[in-house]
Amino acid sequence: MSDDAKTLLELYRRMVTVRQFETMAGEYFAAGEIPGFIHLSIGQEGSSVGICSVLRPDDYVATTHRGHGHLIAKGADLKRMVAELFGRETGYCKGKGGSMHIADFSLGILGANGVVAGGLPIITGAGLSIKLRKTDQVAVVFFGDGASNRGPVHEAMNMCSIWDLPVIFVVENNQYASTTPQSYSCSVGDICTRAAGYGMPGTAVDGNDVLAVRAAATEAVARARAGEGPSLIENKTYRIRGHFEGDPQRYREAAEVEAWQDEKDPLNRFHQVLTKKRILTKKKSQQIWDEVKARLDEAVNFAKESPFPKPEDALADLFANP
Amino acid sequence: MSERILSASAALAEALHEEMSRDERVFILGEDLVAHAGIFGQFKGIPEKFPGRIIDTPISEACIAGCGVGSALTGMRPVVDFHFSDFVTCGMDELCNQAAKIRYMFGGQVKLPMVVWCPDGAGLRAAAQHSQSLESWFVHTPGVKVVIPSEPADVKGLIKASIRDDDPVMFFQHKRLFAKEGPVPEDPEFIIPLGRAAIKREGKDVSLLTYGSGFYTCTEAAKKLAQEGLEAEIVDLRSLKPLDMETVAESVRKTFRAVIVHEACLTGGFGAELAARIQFELFDFLDAPVGRVGAKDVPIPFSPPLEDFVLPSVDDVVAAAKAACYR
Repeated sequence: MSDDAKTLLELYRRMVTVRQFETMAGEYFAAGEIPGFIHLSIGQEGSSVGICSVLRPDDYVATTHRGHGHLIAKGADLKRMVAELFGRETGYCKGKGGSMHIADFSLGILGANGVVAGGLPIITGAGLSIKLRKTDQVAVVFFGDGASNRGPVHEAMNMCSIWDLPVIFVVENNQYASTTPQSYSCSVGDICTRAAGYGMPGTAVDGNDVLAVRAAATEAVARARAGEGPSLIENKTYRIRGHFEGDPQRYREAAEVEAWQDEKDPLNRFHQVLTKKRILTKKKSQQIWDEVKARLDEAVNFAKESPFPKPEDALADLFANP
Repeated sequence: MSERILSASAALAEALHEEMSRDERVFILGEDLVAHAGIFGQFKGIPEKFPGRIIDTPISEACIAGCGVGSALTGMRPVVDFHFSDFVTCGMDELCNQAAKIRYMFGGQVKLPMVVWCPDGAGLRAAAQHSQSLESWFVHTPGVKVVIPSEPADVKGLIKASIRDDDPVMFFQHKRLFAKEGPVPEDPEFIIPLGRAAIKREGKDVSLLTYGSGFYTCTEAAKKLAQEGLEAEIVDLRSLKPLDMETVAESVRKTFRAVIVHEACLTGGFGAELAARIQFELFDFLDAPVGRVGAKDVPIPFSPPLEDFVLPSVDDVVAAAKAACYR
């Protein structure tokens, strides 16, 4: 695959956006300005950006409790995202959802999901809908190594396979299901090998290499659009932050986390690739980080200046036909 | 109105034919649908007339429900057949955590027009895992509507209203009532709006508030009561959520006595909710405590004498009505 400089820089910009968004969210959470709890995807930007980079606006994405990156990569509005995290009326869900429940149906984002593996049955329905409506859309579901052990995953993969649905299963193996190591909880080392049980291709990808992810996604999407059925992509990656912000992380050593930063970091790695190709200079890189920072500052200001919803708004939006 | 007689099964099939002809987004999904037109023959003629729009699934209830959710979110209007209502347990996350919450949780961004058709109820010697009445689980879940028809005309009018509704609807149709016959209007626009109860027998002495199979139990009970000089009014609630409290109140204000009858087990059943509302909203109109008749609080047993003992009987309703009338 030979992407032009503009495309590559856009990938980098999106990864920087996810990284800065997550960093910002962590800071405001620590400062007590974001209620509830949040799950950050720092270290997993290669997966979110690489996969979504090959999708069209009318393709569908369903994601997880750790979904900020996928939403941003699919084009979600930063202001409305931050406002939702802050619980404000101007947020994507008018403050009814929060970090784990952001959707933008106008962008094909069928929602983050607070239930582990909750997106898989829904994406199966989206895939079936595409087939019934006879369009060439595709539907992507992100889930984790922890989710891969849930029953609905089996049902979804089997169902998508027997019907050749245009679905791409993306398991982000970040090596921990909350506190439980993947090496302990999964019957296989490579989750992608389970694809064979469903008669679909399964590929393990270096999830911290955005271009490798993009290549795998390109292939799976082409297969899906051609009506040839689902695929499973396993993006091997690592969760740098805790399961949630504030996680004491007694299940792993600090040295292990450190080993995944610097050279293994997906942003650093892509930065090096772009520098070698002479696409990205130090100055250009700084410019991108500054531009993203400015956009996020604007989004945070928008959120802070937005009102909280009126308490009685809690009773609105339950039914379309009340 | 036509006096044409149809079974409840035929009324359902006719309504589905009409809705699928009217709106190409409507499709049916579930286990064992095509070969036999549904395990109860409830989809007669549909596989032939609408090939590809009635879809057999693997035995995968979580994903069957999920298919309903995902397709409804992306432009379709699914009717999801749950085979036996008892199996909702296998799709409970998709029904209660996803379907019920998606519109609300995402701030009203989207509609989720899905009908979950659940054959339910006891009396067929099908034992504990194929005989339940689980409606109150869903009444207790904000975000889903709960509809329970009794007579064939109700089946037609309510399933059509449910399919045209833009929200998730749990539609419980009693297995033992599929063969029941009754007049069904031919009009393809015959709709019974959700949240509208029907007074199906007028009486001045006691209100029997019921739904589903309870309607037939109450009809028999009313005949017996009449022989003893008590005229029971039968209110068929038809949908529990939304609930037509106005019609309930109209009846209770007339009779001053209420007995709630359902096949679901008594404790925590819909009768508890309705009794609470009646005592709070209609306290001054009550001449007696609100009575409740439901199944005994055990799983439904298999052997006929055991099952018959557990289920609410006509005599139970007669006794409760007489107690409410101090007779």
